Amino acid sequence: MIRATIRALPLLSALLVAALLVAAPAHAVQPDEVLDDPALEARARTLSAEVRCVVCQNQSIDDSNAELARDLRLLVRERLQAGDSDDEVLDYLVARFGPFVLLEPPKTDSTLLLWYGPAALLGLGAIAVAGVFLRRRRTAAPTPLSDEERRRLEALLEDDESAGGRST
Amino acid sequence: MRRLFALIPLLAAVGLIAALGWPLIEGRNPQELPSVLLDKPVPAFDLPALEPGEPGLASGDLAGKPVLVNVFASWCAPCRAEIPRLQGLAEEGVTIYGLAYKDDPEATRRFLEVLGNPYARIGVDRDGRTGLEFGVYGVPETYVIDAAGVIRHRHVGEVTDRVADATLVPLLKELAQ
Amino acid sequence: MIVELGHLALAAALIVAVLQSVVPLYGAARGDATLMALARPAAMVQFAALIISFGALTHAFVTSDFSVSNVVSNSHSLKPMIYKISGVWGNHEGSMLLWVLILALFGAAVAAFGDNLPESLRARTIAVQGLIGVGFLTFIIFTSNPFERVIPAPIDGRGLNPLLQDIGLALHPPMLYLGYVGLSTTFSFAVAALLEGRVDPSWARWVRPWTLAAWVALTAGIILGSGWAYYELGWGGWWFWDPVENASFMPWLAATALLHSAIVVEKRDALKSWTILLALIAFALSLLGTFLVRSGVLTSVHAFAVDPERGMFILVLLMIAIVGSFGLYAWRAPSMDGGGIFRPISREGGLVMNNLLTATATATVLIGTLYPLALETITGEKVSVGPPFYEATFVPLMIPLIIALGIGPMLAWKRGDLAGALNNLWAAAIVAVSVGLALAWLQGAPVGAALGMALAAWLAIAVITEWADRIRLFRVPFSSAWSRATGLPRSAYGMSLAHFGLAVFIVGAVGETYFSHEVVRYAEKGDRIEIAGRTIEFDGVTERAGPNFNAQVGTFLTENGDRLESERRFYPAEGQQTTEAAIRVGLGGDLYAVLGEPADGENWTIRIYYKTLVVWIWIGGFLMSLGGLISLADRRLRVGAPAPRRRAAMASAGGDD
Repeated sequence: MIRATIRALPLLSALLVAALLVAAPAHAVQPDEVLDDPALEARARTLSAEVRCVVCQNQSIDDSNAELARDLRLLVRERLQAGDSDDEVLDYLVARFGPFVLLEPPKTDSTLLLWYGPAALLGLGAIAVAGVFLRRRRTAAPTPLSDEERRRLEALLEDDESAGGRST
Repeated sequence: MRRLFALIPLLAAVGLIAALGWPLIEGRNPQELPSVLLDKPVPAFDLPALEPGEPGLASGDLAGKPVLVNVFASWCAPCRAEIPRLQGLAEEGVTIYGLAYKDDPEATRRFLEVLGNPYARIGVDRDGRTGLEFGVYGVPETYVIDAAGVIRHRHVGEVTDRVADATLVPLLKELAQ
Repeated sequence: MIVELGHLALAAALIVAVLQSVVPLYGAARGDATLMALARPAAMVQFAALIISFGALTHAFVTSDFSVSNVVSNSHSLKPMIYKISGVWGNHEGSMLLWVLILALFGAAVAAFGDNLPESLRARTIAVQGLIGVGFLTFIIFTSNPFERVIPAPIDGRGLNPLLQDIGLALHPPMLYLGYVGLSTTFSFAVAALLEGRVDPSWARWVRPWTLAAWVALTAGIILGSGWAYYELGWGGWWFWDPVENASFMPWLAATALLHSAIVVEKRDALKSWTILLALIAFALSLLGTFLVRSGVLTSVHAFAVDPERGMFILVLLMIAIVGSFGLYAWRAPSMDGGGIFRPISREGGLVMNNLLTATATATVLIGTLYPLALETITGEKVSVGPPFYEATFVPLMIPLIIALGIGPMLAWKRGDLAGALNNLWAAAIVAVSVGLALAWLQGAPVGAALGMALAAWLAIAVITEWADRIRLFRVPFSSAWSRATGLPRSAYGMSLAHFGLAVFIVGAVGETYFSHEVVRYAEKGDRIEIAGRTIEFDGVTERAGPNFNAQVGTFLTENGDRLESERRFYPAEGQQTTEAAIRVGLGGDLYAVLGEPADGENWTIRIYYKTLVVWIWIGGFLMSLGGLISLADRRLRVGAPAPRRRAAMASAGGDD
């Protein structure tokens, strides 16, 4: 219930348009949903955590108390009992609700940047850092110091001696 | 080179603003979910009727001419609000099939007695499984289905005058030709 | 009357803010000391005006003045006093007022403590701070007036969402805003430096304490919010990778990077333009957070009532702030670099590594948060980016970061000795590997759990090793080591504590994620429930009336006779229901029991969790925040302290950051 309440706050406007199926006064997984086979139940829980409750804010059906989430949890268990593999269960849901139900977005052309963007940025950043170090090394020695720089350098060296590397 | 580098944050910022601004200008509702069944045949189903003796509703019944399938329930306030408009459409000759979604048949009967019945046929989806096949996530939902039994449009939420006049009716007319 | 006074003071604050920004900027450009001098008194007056305004709104809430529409919507005469007060910022309008109050507070603080700043830098910093104030005060006055009246006044209010009637959530927003908005100071400093066209080590010395102060508050704010979610939402979740959580996490990450890069500016006069950029980004991300919470473009648990018009207004403010500041950056930054030289393997090199990884982590969260929005605009596809994405992208970035975090502080400035540092860390490495292997093989723990605990052990022992090494523990007589220990600068302790806190946090996060237990079942009075080797007895349900709610109280008896009570509360004024979990906190794990719905007969649905090591999450967060606070108390970091003179005093202890 409490989750329904908090989810419902920003939903007020949406609620006026459609009675989204969030009203059921129940918490996430109910005792009557639990499968007898613990291995199957464990798989169901893991899968449920990866399926988005489409009517809630960012919540998996495992966490949600929405009526629709309950229906989907039961559906997941039913498919598992019918012998579906994990991927088959997810495919079944995607065929009805679209890739939006997957909390882990599928790796397709349109999610290329999402999945590989961070790694690309890390690579570019590493190249930039390496570039700066290399350029520094090449330019560091020959450039003569201006008077002002010399003074600053002396100050820094002095600073270094007193504030100390670890070797002092 | 260095100037170019210094421009990157600005460009990224402009991109960011565009990404944020567009949905706002568009007035996009983040809750809305497009149906994946668009341009696909209706899922197979066969539901019992509300009244004994009457025909129920099955996927085979949807072929032949363009129709509306309206997913409704007596516990849903916007459904209550849209019934008169659906009746108007039915009087204009639109065939509307009802899918009584997760509702007690007794409550559905009372609901229709009080508000009137715009549906040519009603299928009782007591446990909501057919709804799941359709990918229903909020009631009411209204589907436009063409003569070949293919889903051409889904509207989630109340069928207002605007929705009916601007979307549903023109689409049905187009499909009828 | 008082309400009108508050409204008037708000308008006055706007006028003063305009003066505070325009006059000193013009004065600084002209080199006119008289005009620049206006900055300080203006910042003080703006702050005073906003205190009056905020006080007036608080007064309206405390006295339940239902002629004010904001009070009607968010308060109720029967509400306990503390929640009447917290109701002031438990809503959009009031929280915006708090936002600008804190903004003005930081402006006034720069004015008050800025004696050592060069005149033009101070004037420009305060002016930029004023400029931000102009934007947000305009926003409040024209779209979100908290002082709006209703006529006729209703007899009672509609109450505050009961979820928000909680001490954790009463404190969470002010803390978070202190952090969010505190980053505005760093931003103003950065913009002022760009206007000046000059960044020197002293600039970093001025900026670092402000960043640190904001970081301390932001850390505490996030921790409070996460703690609230844990005990109030009824199922013990503490982080959901929700867009709005990410919105507070991104500025935190950026501020963390900034804290570290500012050290390099201060020490080596390098990384200047990068540090400026981080300062701009950190606050830009704060503004982004403000936008995300209040515009409704994303669906989130935490969003305020959705209003596209307000969203558009904030977006325009965001655009002015980031396009303006990043444009200024593009213009001025290229002439700014250079500075001291250091080797890749050095303390500075370690800090650069930190920045590379932390900045990538920030970008990862940003991409994950906004990708669905952008994709839908471009292709119309809808995708969800949930926890599995962050577990696959963000978490791996933390692995090298934590390994480097153990080594970095062992390296000398300028030119470090990696082999020497690693040589010191053999103990940490051995313990880490043994912890990992023991968990994986003996306990059969998942790889993630073993790796996480190993990293935590590595970091914790590396931090202790570094400290022991610094005071020459066991290598010099104990008394000498003791005097070294007491002579270490506070910033060194601050750093160690914050890093140690991170290790503690990891223990909690990994423990809770991988080792928790859960039982969901029906139970009636007298039933015994086994969980994680413990037995808990369900002692039935009783009714109880609270000040503004009615509750059904489920009692649970633990093995050692503790009574735990979980409540299902109904708040009639708000027409809402909440659940209060029964929690017995322990270092090894929390026992977390929740009373669910009544089932058949005498049965109730109950949920019992054993949340392994979960409290370490908050202890870790608290230690990080405390570390920042201790570092902030360092004399050398004290706001505007003229540092070079004092350094000699620390020298004997080998003091460094």
